[in-house]
Amino acid sequence: MEKASIGHHISKQFDAELNDIRNRVLAMGLLVEQQVGDAVRALVDGDRDLAGMVIDNDHKVNAQEVALDEECTQILARRQPAAGDLRLIVAIIKTITDLERIGDQAEKVARMGQRLAETERPKNRYIEIQHLGDLVQKMLHHTVEALAGLDAEGAYNVTREDEKIDHEYEGIMRQMVTFMMEDPRSIRRSLDIVWAVRALERIGDHARNICEYVIYLVKGKDVRHIDIDKIKEAL
Amino acid sequence: MASEDIMPFRSMNNANPAKIATNTARARLPQERSNITDEETDAIVEVDNPKITIRDLNFYYGKFRALETIGMQVAENRVTAFIGPSGCGKSTLLRCFNRIYGLYPNQRATGEIILDGVNILDKRQDLNLLRAKVGMVFQKPTPFPMSIYDNVAFGVKLYESLSRTDMSERVEWALRKAALWEEVKDKLKQTGTQLSGGQQQRLCIARAIAVKPEVVLLDEPASALDPISTAHIEELIAELKSDYTIVIVTHNMQQAARVSDYTAFMYLGRLIEFGDTNDIFTNPRRRDTEDYITGRYG
Repeated sequence: MEKASIGHHISKQFDAELNDIRNRVLAMGLLVEQQVGDAVRALVDGDRDLAGMVIDNDHKVNAQEVALDEECTQILARRQPAAGDLRLIVAIIKTITDLERIGDQAEKVARMGQRLAETERPKNRYIEIQHLGDLVQKMLHHTVEALAGLDAEGAYNVTREDEKIDHEYEGIMRQMVTFMMEDPRSIRRSLDIVWAVRALERIGDHARNICEYVIYLVKGKDVRHIDIDKIKEAL
Repeated sequence: MASEDIMPFRSMNNANPAKIATNTARARLPQERSNITDEETDAIVEVDNPKITIRDLNFYYGKFRALETIGMQVAENRVTAFIGPSGCGKSTLLRCFNRIYGLYPNQRATGEIILDGVNILDKRQDLNLLRAKVGMVFQKPTPFPMSIYDNVAFGVKLYESLSRTDMSERVEWALRKAALWEEVKDKLKQTGTQLSGGQQQRLCIARAIAVKPEVVLLDEPASALDPISTAHIEELIAELKSDYTIVIVTHNMQQAARVSDYTAFMYLGRLIEFGDTNDIFTNPRRRDTEDYITGRYG
């Protein structure tokens, strides 16, 4: 890939506005990463206070989505951005929607964590959720990195991490179904685990969406809804 | 990827959002430029149904070469816009299509401009016939100091011999086409210079199309007009293109984006990029084009 040039707009104010928006999106990404990490830990450790904090903090994520949407709209109105600048704003508008959804899923995990904290802890201490949670956090972290570095190649690599998450998710689902069949008394707890695990799997999907926006932003190619192998060709 | 110039965010775990701000001041979108070979840039980008094909056009003001090996096509019944910074040669190029530069000494063009299969740069080209086929509207409205009716009829009289009824019909037709008829139908005998700026420009457009050209050249037609008049002119251009091939020079990029189907970006006398307007404004292939339309120019 060609070296990026360090060209500024003639309008310094426009430069500042775009930089501000980029920074705030990345800050939102960091916040959401934190939420996911805390939610998983709260569930695995049975930490009701931490879970409560994640649930309370979701309003911060929502507030950032609203504020960023507003700022993007204003930039579109006042600057009529074109080419790369336009793709940047469009990609950001889509990205913050997915980040907000990730925040919602993290809150869901925290809620399930609160419910599970009241039940008997299993022998394996939710190791499978910890494992899935680690995969998801890593994928999310790489996603935010790809966004920060405007790295299309990196974003492509991250989309492949979603496959691992889906695989892990299916394994856990099979396990839960087995538990529920073996012992109906475990159904309530198993369902809570199912919801939590589903939420984590959805976070992976949202992260993959964001990677597709990064590819669009950098390359000008819309790679949504294409087979993952064909995306490589498109790049 | 060469990331040094982009200042990516390393060690995100420790990143403090407040500190990020100082690092991103120099960040910029990397461009995909690798695929354009020299052969590709020299080849003419073709359009469906070309009305005009330009090959190897060079233009000189005395010894100064103002246009350098221009090669492109103008699509029939479409609007093609030329954009670029001051002095890039877009107006010079426009003026080649009706050879109006021939009015001035020391200005000459070499190469080919093929209109309907004929090279109009050829010495043997009949200039009157050419200018009947290719009309022009200028930046500053230039109504003749005569009545509105006579303004519109003027060009027609040069080329055709029409009866009074036929001429009246033609004048009304042209004024209707230029979206001016309703405003002036009761004062056709009044002098054209009394109209507002926007109306004068529409009068000039009516005058240009009254002779039923095939190509209409517009040199910054709305630069001297207020936003509402500009919007009317743009609307008019959108309607006219179904009957005429339109070429417009504009320094207003958003105008080019609004009205044109194809856009050509020029710089220092060269054609840098030509293509579908949607592509040029969402994903241009050349860095120079991207820099210009995003306002990084200069």
